[in-house]
Amino acid sequence: MKIVVCIKQVPDTADIKWTENNTMIREGVESILNPFDEYGVETAIRLKESIGSDVTITVMTMGPPQAKDALKKSLAMGCDDALLVSDKKFAAADTWATAKTVSQAIKDHVKDYDLIICGQYAIDGDTGQTGPSVADSLDIPQVTYVKEIVEYKKENNSLVVKKAVEDGMQTVEMQLPGLLCMLKCDYSPRMPNIKGVMKANRAQIPTVGLADLNLEVDQVGLKGSPTFVAKSYRQPPRTQGEVIDQGDTKANVNLLIEKLRDKKVLVS
Amino acid sequence: MHKVNVEEYKGIWVYAELDSNRNIVGVTKELLGTAQKLSADLNGEQICAVLLTGEGDTGELCKELAANGAHKVYVVQNDLLKEYSTELYSKVIYDLVMDKKPSILLIGATTEGRDFAPRISFRAYTGLTADCTELAINEEGLLSAIRPTFGGTLMANILCKKTRPQMCTVRPKVLKRPEPDYSRTAEVETIKAELNPADLKTKILDFKPYQVDTGVRIDEAEVIIAGGRGLKCADNFAVLEELAREIGGAVGASRAAVDAGWRPHSEQVGQTGKTVGPKLYFACGISGAIQHLAGMTSSDVIVAINKDPDAPIFQVADYGIIGDVCEVVPALTEELKKLKASTGAVS
Repeated sequence: MKIVVCIKQVPDTADIKWTENNTMIREGVESILNPFDEYGVETAIRLKESIGSDVTITVMTMGPPQAKDALKKSLAMGCDDALLVSDKKFAAADTWATAKTVSQAIKDHVKDYDLIICGQYAIDGDTGQTGPSVADSLDIPQVTYVKEIVEYKKENNSLVVKKAVEDGMQTVEMQLPGLLCMLKCDYSPRMPNIKGVMKANRAQIPTVGLADLNLEVDQVGLKGSPTFVAKSYRQPPRTQGEVIDQGDTKANVNLLIEKLRDKKVLVS
Repeated sequence: MHKVNVEEYKGIWVYAELDSNRNIVGVTKELLGTAQKLSADLNGEQICAVLLTGEGDTGELCKELAANGAHKVYVVQNDLLKEYSTELYSKVIYDLVMDKKPSILLIGATTEGRDFAPRISFRAYTGLTADCTELAINEEGLLSAIRPTFGGTLMANILCKKTRPQMCTVRPKVLKRPEPDYSRTAEVETIKAELNPADLKTKILDFKPYQVDTGVRIDEAEVIIAGGRGLKCADNFAVLEELAREIGGAVGASRAAVDAGWRPHSEQVGQTGKTVGPKLYFACGISGAIQHLAGMTSSDVIVAINKDPDAPIFQVADYGIIGDVCEVVPALTEELKKLKASTGAVS
């Protein structure tokens, strides 16, 4: 079985600060492997461990050359090989152009895959759109909002997974080849061990650019993107209200109740 | 860059999502309400709801869609559509879009909408804006979709200029729900769908609904009592549950509480959990990380209870009490109980 894990390197959004004119202050902001993708890597490795032999995991990303760090981390965790899809012409791609580029790289350079695993969201863009778009481009089925893989059914060449929906948990069987979008799971992603880190540091990661893909320049990057960011701004903050401080808890909660009743928001 | 003749594309479409009891979900009504405003800014362009169901009567559903603002309802019926599937729903809606050419297609940002919308936009080579919180028509007559990015720290205003339909998924509970007007009627067009069961590559084997301890689901609750790291352990959520039972609310949780395993993911409020907009939101022992705020700041009234006077949650709260949750919340429940006993009701 051949598994492809698609990852993204993202700025740690918890660290982000903005200048007055809304440009991101990059200094001091760490680049990390998108947390949802880290669960994707972990889930792929667990599946490989449960099936045993004859499984390879390729981790890939589209991004600038420094995104190799995220690939190396995934190799250190236990992926077998990596692919960097990188070209200045891919810059400023929206989810359409990203999915087109990633899916073409899979078609041209990974080929006979059985399973593709993505994170449900990237914490910078939060769109959750690239995974399903890649699945559509490759004309394969998908399951989104996956919490765990239950089992691989060799006889059906299918995968049974748990999917979180609005009001409960579904168990879904998907024919392979197919694509999963992972939520955070109930298990934690492993820490790479020394041997893994050394292997990752030695690894030569191949890079493919536009010339290596069966794509036209007007299908990628900003040019290939149907959406256009007209402007961006910071949200006007909700204003701070009042702190109730009457000296003791009982007086505080009684004043709170009075205020909530005045606002007519206490329903019962 | 791919381009289409945008003049050929007319009308505002809203995907009509049904819940497991075959009721129209709230976000569909919110979208129909907003579609009325967009239509007014586009010289009265037609609002169409798109309804996919199994065989059976759809009269009541169409009436409900009309009351909320649909001028027309496309009904696609086939027993293979009785349950949602990525494969068939994407195919049916894509085919309908290609045939009828709407200018705008609005979809709720639910687990269902977010599952199929990117497949349709990819196939149609058109723009899809995720998880919008506001929609308007700009001076060029384009749909201007506003969405939070970077964990809610930055708002982006996104346009789809050269391709159609202009597609968006929109967060539930952010746009205002319209007053239904049951005197309105809608034209109903039934569409025949040619579907092949062999196209189904996924199958739902089992479904386990979440246990709701307080009897109220978080995405439907008028009052939410959410707890975070400040609760210190899973057992302490009992004080929130008691308050929730007292005032008819649901219990929610921050990501920290869910990651710690104290509460299920279904109760998580925030960027990667649920977006909620209740009348009253209690943030108990929640510091107010930006990702959490993104999921609850459209609440009408926010109450923060936290030991740390510098917690960012106080910056968005209408009322704040500085103190230990495990002391303040039981006191609040106690006083509400007393009031109920003395007056017979709280409000």
